[in-house]
Amino acid sequence: MGIIRASKLGFDYFRYDEEGNEEEINRAIDGVNLDVKAGQFVAILGHNGSGKSTLAKHLNALLVPTEGTLWIDNMDTAKEEDLWKIRQKAGMVFQNPDNQIIATVVEEDVGFGPENLGVPTEDIWKRVDESLEKVGMISYRKHSPNKLSGGQKQRVAIAGVMAMHPQCIILDEPTAMLDPNGRKEVLKAVRELNEQEGVTVILITHYMEEVVFADNVYVMDSGKIVMQGTPREIFSQVDLLQSYHLDVPQVTLLAHELRKEGVDIPEGILTIEELVNALCQ
Amino acid sequence: MSIELKNVCYTYSPGTAYEMHALKDVNLTISDNQFIGIIGHTGSGKSTLIQLFNGLMKPTSGEVLYNGENIWNENYNLKKLRSEVGLVFQYPEHQLFEVDVLSDVCFGPKNQGLTKEEAQVQAKMALGQVGIPEELYQKSPFELSGGQKKRVAIAGVLAMNPKILILDEPTAGLDPQGRDEILNQIAELHEKRGITIVLVSHSMEDIARYVGRIIVMNHGEVAFDDTPKKVFSHYKELEKIGLGAPQITYIMHELKERGLDVDTTATTVEEAKESILHVLRGGGKDSR
Repeated sequence: MGIIRASKLGFDYFRYDEEGNEEEINRAIDGVNLDVKAGQFVAILGHNGSGKSTLAKHLNALLVPTEGTLWIDNMDTAKEEDLWKIRQKAGMVFQNPDNQIIATVVEEDVGFGPENLGVPTEDIWKRVDESLEKVGMISYRKHSPNKLSGGQKQRVAIAGVMAMHPQCIILDEPTAMLDPNGRKEVLKAVRELNEQEGVTVILITHYMEEVVFADNVYVMDSGKIVMQGTPREIFSQVDLLQSYHLDVPQVTLLAHELRKEGVDIPEGILTIEELVNALCQ
Repeated sequence: MSIELKNVCYTYSPGTAYEMHALKDVNLTISDNQFIGIIGHTGSGKSTLIQLFNGLMKPTSGEVLYNGENIWNENYNLKKLRSEVGLVFQYPEHQLFEVDVLSDVCFGPKNQGLTKEEAQVQAKMALGQVGIPEELYQKSPFELSGGQKKRVAIAGVLAMNPKILILDEPTAGLDPQGRDEILNQIAELHEKRGITIVLVSHSMEDIARYVGRIIVMNHGEVAFDDTPKKVFSHYKELEKIGLGAPQITYIMHELKERGLDVDTTATTVEEAKESILHVLRGGGKDSR
């Protein structure tokens, strides 16, 4: 059974007028079923307002479903008594690094999570060391976070989540605010955590190139999951993706355009290497 | 209309332990009717640079000239400069503050001394140009989606009728369609109204698709200043300074290395497709 399971998940945002009467109900998530196996790298795509972030916030019980059930490691997120256990299992990294770093020294920021969990002091420092090592930021442990670049701050935020020893890490557009190098750094750190530490990764992103490494891709539209499959299966359907206001990586688009012109190459090309090999046989 | 920077340096916290040279001897001219992209890694001086353009920051040394006049001369009308050189910040949604969309966009023109009615005419025109429909005029700006907020903020600057529009990463966090919509609208403003656009972006693909000139910043200096094709031909140097080229550039170089005689200066999917088809159908690059 998967580490994250959702059954017919639904969530409504309510809006109230000045008297407190319901004025508007917005269905943000609608009938979502999920089954993510431990150790998978899962990507979620969808245009702004498609429900991705609302779904992400359910995964560590920041929101609880209006309908249906979500289980994290067999714990129902709607049950308040398991709340802290769930948040320890599933850690979250947000888009803006400046909104999630709270301490004045890198190592203290990373230590904040485990300290809150009541981990003994010497263990906290061990965890801080390990986590900073994993994201390649150990040499910055005594630095002040506000002097770091965006990519470095984001890696510190990831280390902060890792120090809580989660089984699952959810990243909500972690690279949206970063320059190309920062994006590469963060993505490399996330992939290493997945491959070497076996951490389950849920990555929400608008950068299609970041998705080609995923085991599984979900596409959301109006709160529903409308496509699901391997990156190759998803990106083979260029026209359908575009109808959901999404894109494909440039290399995939170029291959698709060439195919339309009658060039004999397979559909669903994901990397530069694949395209070059197909063209230069 | 031109902005000229002559030997401009900017130093943060000069004379203290935190002294940092954000710009070093920058010389640039932004002339009429250009569509310019500025790229550079975080901390390369991009944001400092654009704040010099409309006099939000004063250079530590050197001159900033607007139409040949030094904007830091005594008695220079900086307020007028700021209405002619509009700046949209990285998180334009943070610029919104009024109770409804229309009032928010009216704020700028009203400050320029227009009456309420005149300001509304300007505001409605600007909102139309960024594709915000009338139904949204009375909504609170905070109820809008991310893309809509950004467009309202851009309209707020447009309503002041700027001659030069500077946008700091207007598409960060937008989905592909929202990004295309905003960039297409900006391109249209450039084409139809002849507004000079300065676009700061981290997306090499977007830059390659829209701009005619790229300024590359690195450690406070101008590393390159040329057409996209010329700039992206230095993709290896760009990588060294934390940037890169559009994926297409890498594909074309890789193909060339494997013996396909394609045009390595192609930077967009369209150009790459043309070049590859041309080669596959038997024409060499020389015969074009």
